[in-house]
Amino acid sequence: MARRDRSMTVSAYIFLTIFALLMVFPFIWMFSSSFKDASEIYEFRLIPRYPTLYNYQYIFNYSLFPRWFLNSLLIAVITTVSVLFFDSLIGYTLAKFDFPGRKIIFILILSTLMIPTEMLVIPWYIMVRNLHWMGTYWSIMFPGMISAFGIFLMKQFMSTVPNDLIDAARIDGMSEFGIFFKIILPLVKPALATLAIFNFIGNWNAFLWPLIVTSSPKMYTLPVGVAYFSSENSMSWELIMTGAAVSTIPLIIFFLIFQKQIVKGIAMSGLKG
Amino acid sequence: MKLRQKKILTAYAFLSVPLVFFVFVRFYPMIYSFWLSFTDWDLISSEKNFVGILNYVNIFKDEVFVRALINTLKYVAFGVPAVIIISLYLSLVLNRIKKFQGFYRLLYVMPYITPLVAVSWVWKWMYQQPPIGFLNNLLTMLGFDSQPFLMNTSQALPSIVVTTVWVNLGYCVIIFLAGLQTIPQEYIEAAKIDGANRKQILWRITIPLLNPIIVFLAVTQSISFLRIFTQVYNMTDQGSGGPLNSTKPLVLYIYQKAFMSFDMGTAATATVILFGIIMTITLIQILILNRNIEY
Repeated sequence: MARRDRSMTVSAYIFLTIFALLMVFPFIWMFSSSFKDASEIYEFRLIPRYPTLYNYQYIFNYSLFPRWFLNSLLIAVITTVSVLFFDSLIGYTLAKFDFPGRKIIFILILSTLMIPTEMLVIPWYIMVRNLHWMGTYWSIMFPGMISAFGIFLMKQFMSTVPNDLIDAARIDGMSEFGIFFKIILPLVKPALATLAIFNFIGNWNAFLWPLIVTSSPKMYTLPVGVAYFSSENSMSWELIMTGAAVSTIPLIIFFLIFQKQIVKGIAMSGLKG
Repeated sequence: MKLRQKKILTAYAFLSVPLVFFVFVRFYPMIYSFWLSFTDWDLISSEKNFVGILNYVNIFKDEVFVRALINTLKYVAFGVPAVIIISLYLSLVLNRIKKFQGFYRLLYVMPYITPLVAVSWVWKWMYQQPPIGFLNNLLTMLGFDSQPFLMNTSQALPSIVVTTVWVNLGYCVIIFLAGLQTIPQEYIEAAKIDGANRKQILWRITIPLLNPIIVFLAVTQSISFLRIFTQVYNMTDQGSGGPLNSTKPLVLYIYQKAFMSFDMGTAATATVILFGIIMTITLIQILILNRNIEY
């Protein structure tokens, strides 16, 4: 029996390794191609014979990639900060305040999770046009400033904070905002971290809405930029792969730093609408 | 002022900005979409003529829409079972090993975190014709015929499904693993003592206990395949959903109707239909998961 178990374990490792290679191979192929020059790009080899950084130099010097990179970063950071602030404030209010309409407000907010973004983009687009927001960062950001899912997550977490703590602070004369910032927020740090990571990734990768609302290449976010750049250069696969790599590298670094929270976050719920 | 009144006021003060947000950025647009689906608006003219259910009648006469609807259902029908079966199997194997579990899980979930646009272009390249595409090079090297993949009306959609399954796999593996770890070991031990073999344990204990998770994943994955867009936009020529509309999903149809032909009425109608499908699926999930199942 023990011998049978061991051979099963070995075959499990072999199976998992083969699958892991299938999962990472496209990444390896992308990176390896980004170091090839145009003459070598169609060759069937994994390690470039003459590795070159030319593609990266090209992308950073002769394309709008640096600008797209900054656009994406700015948008992802601002929306994430906004989501963290509002979602935790709403989650706190819904969990710890007793007021008429509390239940109905919570249900209404949750019900918006069922509305697909696709249904909202046309009215948003009309709104952006009518308010003359076209071509601004704000137009890309505004629909994502508060997240219903995050509210749900924060409310669940806020419920675990003991009421006595809040009452004690109130008796000590602390302001409501003071309680929120100095007592509540530090206690729900793990939930904040999860929410922050997923919001950042979600905004960094968003495609449909930024594609609709950005009309000039300068305002593109990284994914829209990669799509545009790739179709403009559809003959130079080495440049396309470099562009894809440039948009992926920050996320891989991000992923390696926060892998534990990411895995926990997915397990906790299921995100990335 | 009494303490209770003060608390109510504070609560509403805290909620004021978010409530305005939800009303104007979520609910109002949703209702607006419904309203648009009953008009013939073309984005430019100032008048929106009310046309009743005409759009809903006409849209089903539009071959491209019907094609897109069928394609979308195909994405769900091929993609969801594939992603669930493979990830369930992977997580069962992964649950058996003790070392490096986290490492494998990490590699599997990487595609899910990566920008879908980057993923799409890498796969598009792998699917290219010889001597460019990796997969065709591999096939010819192994002595097989090269395949048209994205260039062919019957292979293009399955090719995109493969990419999407590859993307979503890691997410499902993580959810399944989390579920597997909640199954009490005593159940399995007790079954072993009663002389149950591996197969029996799998079919009689593990899978029934995973049932709520399978339902959850079936629903979330169905929604994700129903909303497929980025892959198709980036992997097909000029984002057309080609060849010959064979890969065009609903969302791409909506995008083209709204932002290329400016036929807002029809586009809104298609979004309402998509919403209807998604809501039906979600309600089915709620019904199934609320049913008390006894084993």
